[in-house]
Amino acid sequence: MKIIIAGDGKVGSTVARQLAHEGYDLTLIDINPKVLGNSVERFDIMTVQGNCASMGVLIEAGIKEASLLIAVTSYDEVNLLACMTAKGINNKIHTIARIRNPEYTNQIYDMKDLFGLSLAVNPEKHAAVEMDRLLKVPGFLKRETFAKGRVEIVELRVDKNSKLCNKPLADIYGIVKSNILVCAVSRSGESYIPDGKFILKEDDRIFVTATTQNLSTLLNNLDIVTHKVKNVMICGGGRLAYYLAVRLLKSGVSVVIIESDAKRCEELAEILPDAVIINGDASEEHLLESEGIENCDAVVTLTGLDELNIIISIYSKSRGIPHVITKFGHFTNNNILNTIDIGSTISPSELCCNNILRYVRALHNKTGAAISVHSIADGHAEASEFRADEKTLNCGVPLKDIKLKPNILIACITHGSEPEIPNGNSLFQVGDTVLVVTNSDRVIYQLNDIFE
Amino acid sequence: MNYKMMSRFIGQMLLIEAAFMLPALLISVLDGDENAVYGFLAATAITTAVGGMLLIFGKNAKYNFYAKEGLLCVGISWIAFGILGSLPFVFSKEIPSFIDALFETISGFTTTGASILSEVESLSRGILYWRSFTHWLGGMGVLVFLLAIVPGREGKSGFTMHLLRAESPGPNVGKLVPKMRHTARILYIIYIVLTVLDILLLLLGKMPLFDAICTGFGTAGTGGFGIKNDSIAGYSPYIQNVCTVFMILFGVNFNCYYLILLKQIKNVFKDEEFRFYIIMVLVSIMLISWNIRGLYGSWGETVRYAAFQVGSLVSSTGFATANFDEWPGFSKSLLLFLMFVGASAGSTGGGFKCGRTVLLIKNFHRGLMKELRPQQVQVVRMNGNKVDEKILQTANVYLIAYVLIYLVSFLLISIDGHSITTNVTAVLACLNNIGPGLDLVGPSGNYACFGVLSKLVLIFDMLAGRLEIFPMLILFSRATWKKG
Repeated sequence: MKIIIAGDGKVGSTVARQLAHEGYDLTLIDINPKVLGNSVERFDIMTVQGNCASMGVLIEAGIKEASLLIAVTSYDEVNLLACMTAKGINNKIHTIARIRNPEYTNQIYDMKDLFGLSLAVNPEKHAAVEMDRLLKVPGFLKRETFAKGRVEIVELRVDKNSKLCNKPLADIYGIVKSNILVCAVSRSGESYIPDGKFILKEDDRIFVTATTQNLSTLLNNLDIVTHKVKNVMICGGGRLAYYLAVRLLKSGVSVVIIESDAKRCEELAEILPDAVIINGDASEEHLLESEGIENCDAVVTLTGLDELNIIISIYSKSRGIPHVITKFGHFTNNNILNTIDIGSTISPSELCCNNILRYVRALHNKTGAAISVHSIADGHAEASEFRADEKTLNCGVPLKDIKLKPNILIACITHGSEPEIPNGNSLFQVGDTVLVVTNSDRVIYQLNDIFE
Repeated sequence: MNYKMMSRFIGQMLLIEAAFMLPALLISVLDGDENAVYGFLAATAITTAVGGMLLIFGKNAKYNFYAKEGLLCVGISWIAFGILGSLPFVFSKEIPSFIDALFETISGFTTTGASILSEVESLSRGILYWRSFTHWLGGMGVLVFLLAIVPGREGKSGFTMHLLRAESPGPNVGKLVPKMRHTARILYIIYIVLTVLDILLLLLGKMPLFDAICTGFGTAGTGGFGIKNDSIAGYSPYIQNVCTVFMILFGVNFNCYYLILLKQIKNVFKDEEFRFYIIMVLVSIMLISWNIRGLYGSWGETVRYAAFQVGSLVSSTGFATANFDEWPGFSKSLLLFLMFVGASAGSTGGGFKCGRTVLLIKNFHRGLMKELRPQQVQVVRMNGNKVDEKILQTANVYLIAYVLIYLVSFLLISIDGHSITTNVTAVLACLNNIGPGLDLVGPSGNYACFGVLSKLVLIFDMLAGRLEIFPMLILFSRATWKKG
């Protein structure tokens, strides 16, 4: 399948890396020959230099034979124009545009119809939704929902004092006293799909499948104290801060936003009347203290500089803030940061990439395609959800009798609306959804791919 | 540095080489030539063993592969290819001296066609086949072949760009389609189709099958090893004309053929390099025909000889039907000019490349204008698009490297005491992968008269010319091997 990506920025190159890895024919368009040169050295792709909204450039990139255009330049208008132009040239093409401006996001459904967009992605809004969810049930580093919100994969960090430290996985189910499954472990940049003999070490990050009701039991039994979040301090007042503040304010959380640009502060004050907007430099300890950082339940660092975000997060952790969320713009594989406790990390471009990926997979394989795909463990592992249909092999066979390919694990089976964390005797039937976790060496397009 | 990955690549390439020795072995077996059979058996066994060992060493290689590894990999693999490819000549005792055999093989793989043999008709057919086949394989590049057939791990093969760039001739190498494997395949399919077409047309001219295949390989790779002592001169005018046309065709950028496949013939004629190449060829044929009028019988014959020699030298093939060493001075000078400029980028031909020449002329023109109006801002354009300053700079550096290598090689081989014409044209013919020069190394001469040092220098020149200089220079640079 031929895919054209317009815009070789953060999101563009993340998507290109993943799609090239999965073996699609990729053509990248960007105005800047330097970034294109970089990408062509790293991935097996072709590049076209020029304005992606111009017909000539799109045709040169092969828009006539392409099945999908992903427009992710930094300008919403260019993305929209590129998608419209592409649709005009090739009527059958699917288009994905990145739309970030809040003024457009409100009318996104109308625009999708008007311009024939297949999907509109908004990395900042996605990130805001993610952060909001993390703040609602604090204690986890990350949460991914499956089976219409009934099942989650949550990320936990194994501390030195944790009950789980130095225990084999087979023993931990007795400790947490609830039905859960550890489906992936990330240790110093590598991810493992563990079995019962796997022994957890300090600083491991584990990915646990559990039903949503069981989450609080899990936290209680692990002695992780959770506070209900009432006061949030947001450092940096960009679009993401806006989207997040709107959601938090709606659920009655009080929000303080610190932003260094006076003009932006005024804008924020205008559109967010209920939030407290502070004009100042978030890297100043004095300012954080005077704005009452010690009274906050959560600090979210959303400035444009990853380094600054990390520093503020470390500082907040040292001040005993129970929940800290750090935004990453550039770091994609944050292996070096795994040893530092900076709370949850969220990368909008990666979230956006996941979203696009899900669409591409569905397009690639219309029947039996994954219902949802989430990349976990810094992209080293992947959780995908499938529905078992008539063509699915091994329906009704207990899991212990099914031979799976290596590094694949069935993390959850949902029968109708009943999620089940499976054991060897569990089985799936036609119509059930199956959640599969694998490390990223292999791409699973359909459920039958997991069987030997 | 990622030695394991390099070792894996080179190992794979050597296994391919061993596989390609088998047809030659088969021919030798059919002919019942014991020496040649023994030579190919031993060579195949050794090549397989070395390749296998490298492959085992390269197991579990990591995929961090950068420009440096790519360049080195290309340089080393071509040398390894030459050394192992020369074994059949040595073991069959047809060319007993190792240096001579190496010279002959490298000359084959780099599509130079410079020979140390004064007499080729006495060689066995298996050896002759192998000698011509090295041209065909070297013409499009072995690594490109490897990229086309070996299934790489999808997505982790972005680095293959380094390999293609190092092995494909020309200042600005790009892919035809997004995937490297498909690009390499398209190139090889065009190459194979053109070669088969050439061989069929030669067969139509009543050329014996074996001769047609060997000549086809020599033409396709723009190599120039003949299987007759008088090269192509002994064949009919029809065969000579077929050769002329195909030599010129193989000097065209293969991207043009891809455009024709895409039914964009208009764009081919808009291509500046293509126009430069064709006009240069046509004008040269006319000028030389006029200059050598009276030497041969009819006008038709004169034009045929002129066209053949022009096609042979501009595409860097090096076949001959006439001893142009005896032509008037102007014709010889014009042929030397053609040898220097060479074929198009992205073809199988050698030389400085038309595209690069056009680029440098334009850059020179810009520099001149800048003297006139220092404040003027100008961009260099090629086919209507702006040429990146980096490419221009690389082309300039290439020219400097080219001239330096030329001068140093010239000095080194002068130690043997041959005439200046011989030395100047020998280096020119080797560095540009042509084959014959003038005087002692002219179409009727050969390279046997040089000493061991000179042969080594010329081997280096041939490799440097084929691999666009940088991979070979980097191989011998201290900075490459320094740790950290």
